[in-house]
Amino acid sequence: MARTIVVTSGKGGVGKTTTSASVAMGLAQKGCRTAVIDFDVGLRNLDLIMGCERRVVYDFVNVINGEANLNQALIRDKRCGDLYILPASQTRDKDALTKEGVGQVLEELKKDFEYVVCDSPAGIERGATLAMYFADDAFVVTNPEIASVRDSDRMLGILASKSRRAEQNQDPIKEFLLLSRYSPKRVNMGEMLGVDDVQEILSMDLLGVIPESESVLAASNSGVPVVLNKESDAGQAYVDVVSRYMGEELPHRFINEERKGLFGRLFGG
Amino acid sequence: MGLLDYFRTSRSNSASIARERLQIVVSHERAERNKPSYLPKMQKELLEVVRKYVNVSKDAISFTMEQDENREILELNIVLPESKGSNG
Repeated sequence: MARTIVVTSGKGGVGKTTTSASVAMGLAQKGCRTAVIDFDVGLRNLDLIMGCERRVVYDFVNVINGEANLNQALIRDKRCGDLYILPASQTRDKDALTKEGVGQVLEELKKDFEYVVCDSPAGIERGATLAMYFADDAFVVTNPEIASVRDSDRMLGILASKSRRAEQNQDPIKEFLLLSRYSPKRVNMGEMLGVDDVQEILSMDLLGVIPESESVLAASNSGVPVVLNKESDAGQAYVDVVSRYMGEELPHRFINEERKGLFGRLFGG
Repeated sequence: MGLLDYFRTSRSNSASIARERLQIVVSHERAERNKPSYLPKMQKELLEVVRKYVNVSKDAISFTMEQDENREILELNIVLPESKGSNG
């Protein structure tokens, strides 16, 4: 049975699109047929992060309006044949998405794909609420930062009350915490909320910690999801996230500061 | 933790301030959204009943719901109009 995953956060700029791209690529690399949809109508960016911006012909809104069929709009990833991208429309506004239309597209995708990853826009307006409405699982991307944690909690409230699962009294959406832009060094210095603090405040299961990493910007610069950079800490963290989501039990990494020599420990860095 | 880190930590610990502020605001907002959904309708209907007998304005009725560990308190406050003569 196909599963629909929403990548959400409430707050902007915390790493939703980075996460959507890497999680979708990670799932596809495990051999699962995966589609990733950009719900940010009017401000599409998933195409850039995936590196397929020049191959966009039709988009999500075209499919909803019947101007193109799904096979025409889906872009097959050149690096991984099991991954397809459905870009958002850049010229329409967010009201172009309708609940019925989104529901129909997701139903059709679920016939053909094992995972459908919905990249939510920031905020709590239509694009964001429709991205999570049909979800089975939610990846709540949170930065260890006060505004992001509060907004994540707000999204938990919406997931629990305004989703299809909530309205139809089905099992609730499974929520997973993904703590990104984490800096163990700053946590140790008392400058940043720690993973335990965030988990305690949100009372959520931790799916993974993505360390603050230069490789994320390098990846978006070149249109390669960071999960493909197996050398980088953030890339490895996303590989772990996908494996954990699929049921592997892995110890959490990137939570503690790398050990330094005696000199480094004495004088800090 | 290094020697210098020790002094650094004691100098500023804004993370613990963030944690405390978040705990307060998040618990407050959760209490707010966990209010029963019948509350607005009940408020409206109660107001209608009261207005059958006393001419009160729509904002003269206020509802607060508080929750502690053992109980929930629903507080209903109706401000009755001043007696005749004083507002004439």
